[in-house]
Amino acid sequence: MSTLTETTPLLADILATIKPEAGIRADALAMLEQLGLPGNKSEEYKFTPITRALEKNFAFGDPSRETNISNIGEFLIPDLEGNILVFINGIFSEELSTYNHEELHIKPIDGKEKGFASLADFKSDALVAWNTAAWTSGISLDVSANTEVHKPVILHYINDTTQGDAKSCTRNIIRLGKSSKLTVVEKQDTIGTHAGFSNVVTEGFVEANAELHLYSIQADGGKRFHFGQTTIWQNRDSRVNTFTLTLDGKLIRNNLQLILDGEGCESHMNGLYILQGDTLADNHTVVDHRKPNANSNELYKGVIDGNAKGVFNGKIYVRPDAQKTNAFQSNRNILLSDKATVNTKPQLEIWADDVKCSHGCTTGQLDEEAIFYLQTRGISKETARAMVLYAFALEVVETIPSENLKKYIDAMISERLHKSF
Amino acid sequence: MLSIKNLHAKIEENQILNGLNLEVKAGEVHAIMGPNGSGKSTLASVLAGREEFEVTDGTVEYLGKNLLALAPEERAHEGVFLAFQYPVEIPGVSTINFMKTAVNQVREARGQQPLDAVSFLSLMKEKMKLVEIDQSLLNRSLNEGFSGGEKKRNEIFQMAMLEPKLAILDETDSGLDIDALRIVANGVNKLRNKNNAIIVVTHYQRLLEYIVPDYVHVLYKGRIVKSGTKELALELEAKGYDWIKDEVAVV
Repeated sequence: MSTLTETTPLLADILATIKPEAGIRADALAMLEQLGLPGNKSEEYKFTPITRALEKNFAFGDPSRETNISNIGEFLIPDLEGNILVFINGIFSEELSTYNHEELHIKPIDGKEKGFASLADFKSDALVAWNTAAWTSGISLDVSANTEVHKPVILHYINDTTQGDAKSCTRNIIRLGKSSKLTVVEKQDTIGTHAGFSNVVTEGFVEANAELHLYSIQADGGKRFHFGQTTIWQNRDSRVNTFTLTLDGKLIRNNLQLILDGEGCESHMNGLYILQGDTLADNHTVVDHRKPNANSNELYKGVIDGNAKGVFNGKIYVRPDAQKTNAFQSNRNILLSDKATVNTKPQLEIWADDVKCSHGCTTGQLDEEAIFYLQTRGISKETARAMVLYAFALEVVETIPSENLKKYIDAMISERLHKSF
Repeated sequence: MLSIKNLHAKIEENQILNGLNLEVKAGEVHAIMGPNGSGKSTLASVLAGREEFEVTDGTVEYLGKNLLALAPEERAHEGVFLAFQYPVEIPGVSTINFMKTAVNQVREARGQQPLDAVSFLSLMKEKMKLVEIDQSLLNRSLNEGFSGGEKKRNEIFQMAMLEPKLAILDETDSGLDIDALRIVANGVNKLRNKNNAIIVVTHYQRLLEYIVPDYVHVLYKGRIVKSGTKELALELEAKGYDWIKDEVAVV
């Protein structure tokens, strides 16, 4: 049997839960059967054994369970007023959500939206195929042209695992009209002690001169297994900033893809993962330069302790038309324990000749000479370590344009790194 | 203040210090000179508590305490300061922020209240003048992209902030032009008083024209083989180290 993909009881269980239908769902289902779930030889999932992890922790044949969460107050981001959109076990809850109906046009997704499934490619990734065939809920969010949405949209993905494991496929589509502006924050949380799996696919269309800020806060202390595919298409002169923070979870796989399909696009992709215990965090990013005169800048940094594992794969494509592209990428890691690992791989494919591209990745240990230096000034070893690590992380945090979110994220990493100065 | 007896130390399998003896009293300035590889920087490192060095024999008593039993930060709390030969660059940590933490952790260890922002700032302004260092430099990442002179001035600035009882200056003159040397030496001289002691580790006599020592010791093969007053430094400058080596060989 080939180990490139796996024909497993898991796949059979998943397929059994999906009712055959016509249209895109049926195509995606056929694709999922054809692709199979990624095995340990699958190049894209080489370091992230998601199939095995799901098999071990979930019973996909079981039906989904009732939940009765009536209050999400404990999960709100302090001091940040937002448009709150709540998903419980992957299902959008209109009653728990509160948002500005004038600035935001939100309705449950039905799969008939223009551009649906045109960005997130279900023909190459089985987990996207799975989502495309099996999604049960999600939203379609539209921002009209020339509208600046003042408060961020906060998507709370809450798993309720009090009665048993939770599994979900959620599907969103976000559309920013010309010269509009929106900030979206995704946040994961869990109630209960059982495992939860979320498969979230989000497609974003950012029209000319529009601006999207997308934050993902993955600090779920529960047993969270997550697959996310976020693909954003950018029209000319649009700007997209992403920030992905991963602090907790069992297995987190983020596929983040930006398609710069107009001239003058500007994209910033930043990420920070500070891992401990046995968390596995995998960031697969793609920046696809298709048109000329665009800039992209990517900075991901990791601090990895315990048995935790970090994976970074950064693809940059510069297509033949994308002359005068500036594309930069950097991934830097610090390993704090002997058992901590990181696998990092930059992949640049450049077909245009008049471009400026660079990439770099480093993995090292904490600078002991720096720690000693600080100690000789009277600073305890613990504080010295925290200082050096915090400074390392701060470079990414400082890229956050929103003061409130910067403060919130800064507080989280300060706590994680035992910052006491 | 400091009493070093029969100190032996090694790094990995290399024995560097071989029975070093040194007595330093409050108010004194001692210069430790010697050829390359004689153990000068090892002595500085052992006194500051660098982990890579293993003390295999001997004792170091500092103000009645066993210095070798203290962690590097505890030594700093007790008033020991090392000015590094190669000050470390730490991206993202500004001198001001880290000095604020350092000063307050030292104060805490001594049972003093932490300095508030205003008092810290005025202390800093006062000390900045001593070493003619600009605040913009102190706002930047610690030593990152600093010139050799700026790094050494920053060391002396930190010394001024921490007001040590025993300061060890490890090759503070290396990499300095004459103007920077004068500024750094002036800073040290202003900090010199009857209650503190300074050990100046240097290869050349040049620095000692500005920081005039009470005693000069020659370190060779991990031991002090000759001690004298500042005239000894001049003699070494004129004659080099070979005659010392010859003398030791005869003995």
